Amino acid sequence: MAETMILVPGRSQSQGTSLNEGKLEDEYKRVTSTAELNEKDMQRLKLKDGDKIKLKSDVGQTVVTCKGKKHEDLPLGMIFIPYGPPSSELMASDTAGTGMPLSKHMEVKVTKVK
Amino acid sequence: MTKEATQTDAQVKNKKPVSKKVDPYEGKNIKIVKDATCTFCGCVCDDMELTVDVDEHRILKAKKACVLGRAWFYEHKVDTRPGVLIDGKEATFQEGVEAAAQILIDAKFPTTYGMSDSTCESQRVTVEIMDTINGNIDTTTSVCHGPSGMAFQGVGESTATLGEVKNRADLVIYWGGNPAESHPRHFTRYAVTPKGMYIPNGKKDRTVVLVDVRRTPSTPVADIFMQVKPGKDFEVLWALRALVKGKKIANDIEKQTGVSREVLDDLVDRMKNCQFGVLFFGMGLTMTRGRHFNSGALLSLAADLNEFTHFVAKPVRGHGNVTGADNVVSWQTGYPFGVNFNRGYPRFNPGEFTTTDVLSRGEADAAMIIASDPASNFPKAAIEHMKKIPIISLDTKDTVTSSIAKVRFAVSTYGINTGGTVYRMDDVPITLRPAFESTYPGDQEVLEAIRDRVKKLLSGKKARVAA
Repeated sequence: MAETMILVPGRSQSQGTSLNEGKLEDEYKRVTSTAELNEKDMQRLKLKDGDKIKLKSDVGQTVVTCKGKKHEDLPLGMIFIPYGPPSSELMASDTAGTGMPLSKHMEVKVTKVK
Repeated sequence: MTKEATQTDAQVKNKKPVSKKVDPYEGKNIKIVKDATCTFCGCVCDDMELTVDVDEHRILKAKKACVLGRAWFYEHKVDTRPGVLIDGKEATFQEGVEAAAQILIDAKFPTTYGMSDSTCESQRVTVEIMDTINGNIDTTTSVCHGPSGMAFQGVGESTATLGEVKNRADLVIYWGGNPAESHPRHFTRYAVTPKGMYIPNGKKDRTVVLVDVRRTPSTPVADIFMQVKPGKDFEVLWALRALVKGKKIANDIEKQTGVSREVLDDLVDRMKNCQFGVLFFGMGLTMTRGRHFNSGALLSLAADLNEFTHFVAKPVRGHGNVTGADNVVSWQTGYPFGVNFNRGYPRFNPGEFTTTDVLSRGEADAAMIIASDPASNFPKAAIEHMKKIPIISLDTKDTVTSSIAKVRFAVSTYGINTGGTVYRMDDVPITLRPAFESTYPGDQEVLEAIRDRVKKLLSGKKARVAA
């Protein structure tokens, strides 16, 4: 069953170094398709490091690899992912008259890919 | 008796062999570039010392560079891909220029986007092209601190250079950003650890506050970490404004925002009583619900605090010359981003002339993308439209955008191969000192050739003006 969580895309050091190697290279693709979840959320959803999860928003969906973060480092119900094509897939195009699509704090439905 | 002869056997046995100093660059044609500038991020650190292998066209060592800077310098080598592709087939430079110019003058709504990893000189030429063809101009600012640009116009900006921050700031607040991973030397070169004129003991003389929705590698640097519920930055900022002015706030502020009244009171006390406070703010404010209202609330808080002490606010900027893009587009058109020349004069309207919107709504019928990759970073509707229209791409590396381009130019890297001017995130212009020559032209050279061809095709006239 899908669970609704908050997705926070952002910069990470490995995203920054790998984009210098090239955005079409494997490392950049790996980094930008690895999502971090609170370890307690992982346990509840019966997920372990390396499992695939599907993230679905109102406009799109993507499959990423999950990785646990310590409870104190990431709030329950929050997912962090480095910016990249998978997070863009979930972004709506409405900018509310600003030019900026809502790129953080996106509601996504999370399901384990079997 | 010689000195050696006095040593015992044990002493001789334990004596370390004299290591011959090996020159790692022996036989290489090495050049040292001092005070070079890193243009990877908006910190634009201009104290690099680069060791360059002139024959192999690559940088072997980047002294003082952070982890991101090292990746920037080491990974930008001269490659062997074709200089120009038209419809995926190799073409000459002149053919590429001709095709690009034709696309631009044939279009009814040509737009340009990117420019933040490009010199001010190149940005100036880009504006000239779009002015000539009555096109649309936007930069990566629109999906970065564009909302802050809107807030500056509404609220104003109490500002300072990073040099003033280094020398004076005793209270440094980072709001909605993670400099440890995105701008590693912001802490060490400008705002946290460096000793300054009135901050003789560096970090010991400062209080550092970090505000974010999650703990990040930046958190341990802070003396105070204030964790806000996602989407509640505006409420916290507005509550701080009220408390600074001595007004009442809701009793359930902690329930609403995740931040207790005690923590807010403590921060207000520190803000009002510091000597020189600074609020650095990032994408955590501009990319979330509230956007320009969030940035506006923070800028207003900084302005309010000047009733009590000296307080400034600065956006932390991402790309190496995104600040230059704001400056160049502003001094050439009057507006910082999202500018349209369709009627023959510049109009500014975020939401109407910004790239996400003109692409997602299917309005632009041609796009020139400079040093940027919207085809991998934009919303799906925008990317789908990009696949339907002719794209001209100028970039140092192949990207998703360059792979869908009708005309693709490989260009050299600013700061590494080409000189020019860039603006640091605090609006200070810095001159670049390139390390080695590239076999590819700089984007300025490509843009000037396109500009000249466009003007020739139009025979000195301007392009059509929309009714």
